[in-house]
Amino acid sequence: MPTPKFPESENAITRRDFFNWVVVGWAGFAAAMGGALTAIGRLFFPNITFEPPQQFKAGFPAEYAVNKVDERFKKRYGVWIVRNERGIYCLSTVCTHLGCTPNWLEGEAKFKCPCHGSGFYSTGINFEGPAPRPLERYRIGRSEDGQIAIDKTVKYQFEKGQWNDPSSFLELA
Amino acid sequence: MATIGNFITSAINAFCQPSILFTASCILFYLVFFRWREKFAEKKTLYWMEGSMGVFIFVSCLNPTFRSVVTKPDNIPIVGMLFLVVFFTWLAVHKMVINDRLIDQGLDVENKKEAKELVFTWPDLVFSEFICSIIAWCVLLIWSIVLKAPLEEPANPVETPNPSKAPWYFLGLQEMLVYYDPWLAGVVFPTLIVVGLILIPFIDINPKGNGYYTFKERKFAITSFLFGFLILWILLIIYGTFLRGPNWNFFGPYEVWDLHKLEVLKNVNLSEYLFRSTGLNGGKLPDNPFLREGLGMVLVIGYFVYGTILLQKKWMKNLYEKMGKPRFYILVGLLLSMGALPIKMVLRWLINLKYIVGIPEWFFNI
Ligand code: FES
Repeated sequence: MPTPKFPESENAITRRDFFNWVVVGWAGFAAAMGGALTAIGRLFFPNITFEPPQQFKAGFPAEYAVNKVDERFKKRYGVWIVRNERGIYCLSTVCTHLGCTPNWLEGEAKFKCPCHGSGFYSTGINFEGPAPRPLERYRIGRSEDGQIAIDKTVKYQFEKGQWNDPSSFLELA
Repeated sequence: MATIGNFITSAINAFCQPSILFTASCILFYLVFFRWREKFAEKKTLYWMEGSMGVFIFVSCLNPTFRSVVTKPDNIPIVGMLFLVVFFTWLAVHKMVINDRLIDQGLDVENKKEAKELVFTWPDLVFSEFICSIIAWCVLLIWSIVLKAPLEEPANPVETPNPSKAPWYFLGLQEMLVYYDPWLAGVVFPTLIVVGLILIPFIDINPKGNGYYTFKERKFAITSFLFGFLILWILLIIYGTFLRGPNWNFFGPYEVWDLHKLEVLKNVNLSEYLFRSTGLNGGKLPDNPFLREGLGMVLVIGYFVYGTILLQKKWMKNLYEKMGKPRFYILVGLLLSMGALPIKMVLRWLINLKYIVGIPEWFFNI
């Protein structure tokens, strides 16, 4: 078998030249990725969406047991409705860590997120895991017919002191 | 018999607690690379390691939890990966040791010798590539027939599976998210990893170890890279795959995945430690975030500034002089950010620390 020969060429590229080309390559790659991502960004603004309405009626307060977390609207609207001795509030089901949906664990009396283990009390206050802030509350009030009215377009964040706002909590005398 | 079995399984469960497993892995890493390198590089060691790993997994499959986790179609490639990681780490060390010996004797390293025995691309190289690709195809074909793709129900935004796991190669990132704010663990760190890897050839101006394996000539580079890869990436993947169960709780390998496992994880911010437990400011947290989180901010900035000074003036003085300022500072920045991950993990395990700086009002938590 003949042995191949590799001529040592005089204009072999140097390490420095090579890295210069690598820089050009990365720049081109970054530009291409940037372009593609911009195009993909368009997908986040669909022409039509099929989402349930942001405002809805949630039945009468008497339908909610005291000190219970009610999950009946979790699936459709992404909210928990909780009643305590004083009244009713409406919690968002979006984990404040990275947006998974926690589960309500009745026995442990806490919301527990399956993604990185954040835990929240039934008030929405975070106490376990990495979630940096409490669950958000939605605007809650009464409609003319006496039903509970929920408006998901308005959010109340605890860390901004917004839970003191009267429309974040439905007082039941 | 049963009691011995129970004893062993609970011992292994206890050993796999994140803090213990992590510490043990770090020690093992140090021992393998700095104390036992020669021994590790022997062929016997490889057979022993792969063999005992195989036996361990095989015997452990008697346990139903372990079996269901390991034989899940998603997880089988990860089990395979474990064997590969061991093999390739061994292979690299094996070659390093041989070359280091040659270098010590002032001889040419292996590859230089090989470089004189050239072969043709066609047919020699192309032919072996062809065979390799056929084998790879066969494996993929059998794999795709035998293991069912884990298809699930259509996605539903309000129904998160429990536990929710990222694809296996991202489980390290997901584990990172347990310790850091999403903004850091999800955006800043991944970016730093990618950018850091891209930057390596520009930062690293040491021509040694170029095209051949060596440990003695590249101790720092190899250790820091492999620490990042083996401990901060592979080990975290193992955590995420085999040891994280429902509600993202930690489960030993033989522990039943109980949805209602109660683990007290009450995490506390540094500022809460500072004010609540010392009674400073009447035990109340100040409203002004700068006052509240001042200590944390000082600590974080101090870590980076003091760390840089220390490395520059003391521990990596030579490197600093050789590399020059810009390269060195980039290197140190990357290095310190990498070090930040294990530091935070350890703090979480030891004192349940949640955030060093926690300003949820501004989405700024460290
Ligand atoms: S998304 Fe809920 S804990 Fe991370």
